[in-house]
Amino acid sequence: MATQTMTAGAAGEAHAAHAEQTFWQRYVFSTDHKTIAMQYLFTGMAMAVLGGFFSYVFRMQMAYPGAEVPFWGIVTPAAYNTLITNHGAIMIFWVAMPVLIAAFGNYLIPLMLGCDDMVFPRLNRLSYQIFLLSVLVLFSSFFVKGGGFGGAWTVYPPLSSKAEYNLTPGGSTIFLIAVALEFVAFLMGGINFITTAMNSRAPGMKMYDIPMVVWTIVLASILFMGSVGPLVAGAVMLIFDQTIGTAFFDPNRGGDPILWQHLFWFFGHPEVYVVLLPALGIVAEIITVFSRKKLFAYRTAIYVAIATCVLSFTVWAHHQFIAGIDPRMANIFTVTTLLISVPVAQMMLVYIATLYGGSITFTTPMLWALGFIATFLLGGVTGIFLGTAGSDIYFHDTYFVLAHFHYTFYPIAIIGSFAGFTFWFPKMFGRMLNETLGKIHFWVTITAFSGTFLPLFVTGILGDNRRIPDHRIYPELDTPMLNGLREFATISMVIMLLVQFVFVFNVVWSLRRGKKAGKNPWKANTLEWTADSPPPHGNWKDLPRVYRGPYEYSVPGRSEDYWPQDVPN
Amino acid sequence: MSNHDAGEGHAESGAHAHHGPYVRIWAILLALLVVSVAGPLVAALIEHRPTAIAITLSTAFGIAVVKAYMVVKNFMHIDFTKRFVPYLVVTMVLFMVLLFAGTAPDVMKVKGLNWEKPAWIEANAEAAAHPAGAHGAHGDHGESGH
Amino acid sequence: MSSGRPIATTRSAAGMPTGRLAVWWVIASEIVIFGGLLASYVMYRLAHDAFAEQAAHTNTWIGAFNTFVLLTSSLMAVQAHKAADEGDGPRAARFLQLTAAGGLLFAVVKAFEWTDEIRHGFTITSSTFWSFYYTAAGLHAAHVLAGVVILLIVAASAKRSVELHRVELIGIYWHFVDVVWIFLFPLLYIAK
Repeated sequence: MATQTMTAGAAGEAHAAHAEQTFWQRYVFSTDHKTIAMQYLFTGMAMAVLGGFFSYVFRMQMAYPGAEVPFWGIVTPAAYNTLITNHGAIMIFWVAMPVLIAAFGNYLIPLMLGCDDMVFPRLNRLSYQIFLLSVLVLFSSFFVKGGGFGGAWTVYPPLSSKAEYNLTPGGSTIFLIAVALEFVAFLMGGINFITTAMNSRAPGMKMYDIPMVVWTIVLASILFMGSVGPLVAGAVMLIFDQTIGTAFFDPNRGGDPILWQHLFWFFGHPEVYVVLLPALGIVAEIITVFSRKKLFAYRTAIYVAIATCVLSFTVWAHHQFIAGIDPRMANIFTVTTLLISVPVAQMMLVYIATLYGGSITFTTPMLWALGFIATFLLGGVTGIFLGTAGSDIYFHDTYFVLAHFHYTFYPIAIIGSFAGFTFWFPKMFGRMLNETLGKIHFWVTITAFSGTFLPLFVTGILGDNRRIPDHRIYPELDTPMLNGLREFATISMVIMLLVQFVFVFNVVWSLRRGKKAGKNPWKANTLEWTADSPPPHGNWKDLPRVYRGPYEYSVPGRSEDYWPQDVPN
Repeated sequence: MSNHDAGEGHAESGAHAHHGPYVRIWAILLALLVVSVAGPLVAALIEHRPTAIAITLSTAFGIAVVKAYMVVKNFMHIDFTKRFVPYLVVTMVLFMVLLFAGTAPDVMKVKGLNWEKPAWIEANAEAAAHPAGAHGAHGDHGESGH
Repeated sequence: MSSGRPIATTRSAAGMPTGRLAVWWVIASEIVIFGGLLASYVMYRLAHDAFAEQAAHTNTWIGAFNTFVLLTSSLMAVQAHKAADEGDGPRAARFLQLTAAGGLLFAVVKAFEWTDEIRHGFTITSSTFWSFYYTAAGLHAAHVLAGVVILLIVAASAKRSVELHRVELIGIYWHFVDVVWIFLFPLLYIAK
């Protein structure tokens, strides 16, 4: 009951007492939202290194089949399957989600809403601990008999349910358990995010004073929560199929494997938007700050994000056009799939309209945000070929599909994360990143990214199937043109991985030698920039009040071109 | 058991919910339970098959919906929370209807459209549906079953 | 413990206490978990006639008794909520313990029921109906057992008249578990 009478100042003093904590209390078992955000961020980055290494190994196998890959050795077909499966799962579940939703959500939601922590700090810590457990469980799957699971991240039965097909009896079950634990972690985190955003806004902050990135992270959490349930149930059913011999998905004994595909994609397609939405929010924040303009049609942008959420529940079966689904349903799902491109395109137009007539500064975060728009547009446009049932039947399981979803996921998970990281780095660590190194990193990364995946669109159109570990056994896939494109893609990809050392060097160097950032280096409006950099435990001495929306830039009649949310007039 | 003061409920949702006549609601729930169990027993006596099925389904599922509504309304006090909570619950249920609508056309189509299901699959499925160890010896499961 | 509670937790911009808000979101996430499982079950049930034959072997009377037990325990939970609102912690704790006893009775009856069915050869691998039967009822029973543990923890704190708002929160969860059973009962037992 004491908490209810405690003032903000008293809370600050109470938190100051926390300063004398041991290393373990402070960095490992902390309930502070910023520490937990850092834990998610660095775990996600470590997993990105692992996922990137996996892709390096199998891309080398694609370009130089049968050759010994440096740092790995010969890639056997079984190893190839395990590598691509875990690359996909890691990049989505253990990189995109922890970094975009958990790390940025944990860091930004309390700071942008002007409160001292998440509403359930200990639940928040438990969420990270379960997430970490899921990482360890996933690692353990690589060391059991038969090795890690190799049946693709979609875990389709009967390949995933029968050990005699997938040859990884332990790995496939452990893989499912790891994914299920990861879901539990994000359900907990999601409930925390949603409740915090709904209940703990600063006094004076109305629904439409909430910054876009908080809206999108919360919408993503709701979307995740609404779509993941059937897959949790399905995962239990599949684990029972694998371990105790039920026949939920075994057509031979009265089950139906298509059911799994539906349960999986009912989650799997909204999941695309779960990771897309936070990236869209991050880009919105950056674009408004660096074009010094109000976000064009802020309310429309929110409605568009909600429409995307709702529509994303109706499109899932476009992943199954060749799975033998009802052709009449394929018509319906084609229409809804093409329909969802409308709100997403609208969001892109919101950004472009925000840029129009602004006074744009090309800082590193702004470059990443613009790079997101440019590359994601290409990813979205190529999706139309795949969303249409007629052309998807030809393109399905070719490298065209692979290039398409890398052109959507890469901008989301990598470019979006870099945009957010470089933008909020001064707030997180109190120092500025080096701009020159940042720009080198950006230009080389985005060029090498295009060099990696543009050739794969072409190989896909030429008919290259994406599940083949060694093309030499198919003469029609072993042509000089295809091999040249594969080699070009692989070399680009290696360059892309190598240039990340520039980023790592930049971060390490800036942490020690970077210019002091001060509270508000970008002259931005939102509340997190009114706290110290980095914010102390409890964030503010006196929690802020909010007087206006987040995007009041270049308001006529003011001496400065920004108008922070907490300034009374 | 407080009286129903509508004004207070609207003004302060954070305060205590109205406590209704819980024992009476519980008694109604039990009565509904008896009806839902008796329904199929009555239906078993009826010769006309469609009527029997209609009675079974309406007593089983119709009453389940009524019971669930009573619990959600009176015990969980959904009408004393903010308006969005019932919307949220209904939305989640609608998502499940959507899942059913999109999935059922495939999963419920046991026979294919442009293909023949091989006979041996049927045979296997039949064998799986009638497990060997499960014959007879369940007379003590006091159920007429039809 | 309570001194470490952040100010964020005490705010209620949405117009309801943080705990109640969060419990409703938990329930929203549970609806889709049970919903996905039951939707799959209904599809199979309607598509395969063999399901009806197997469903005839379930024991309606045990199911009905368990429904009675859960409905009664829900009554106890809501009486606890009422007592907590009146500030009577020890009385709320007694009702919560009765609720937990109801949950335990439910689990014990279920254990005997399953033992009997397994002895008659109806195991989880017998047929897809029985796989669903044990999976759905088992998932529900796991929720019952988790609920019993939480009920007893909340009862312990309510006895000392601290954190009385928790009584309502565990109650909402418990009623949800009840509602799930209200649907499982006709799906698994009555519709034959």
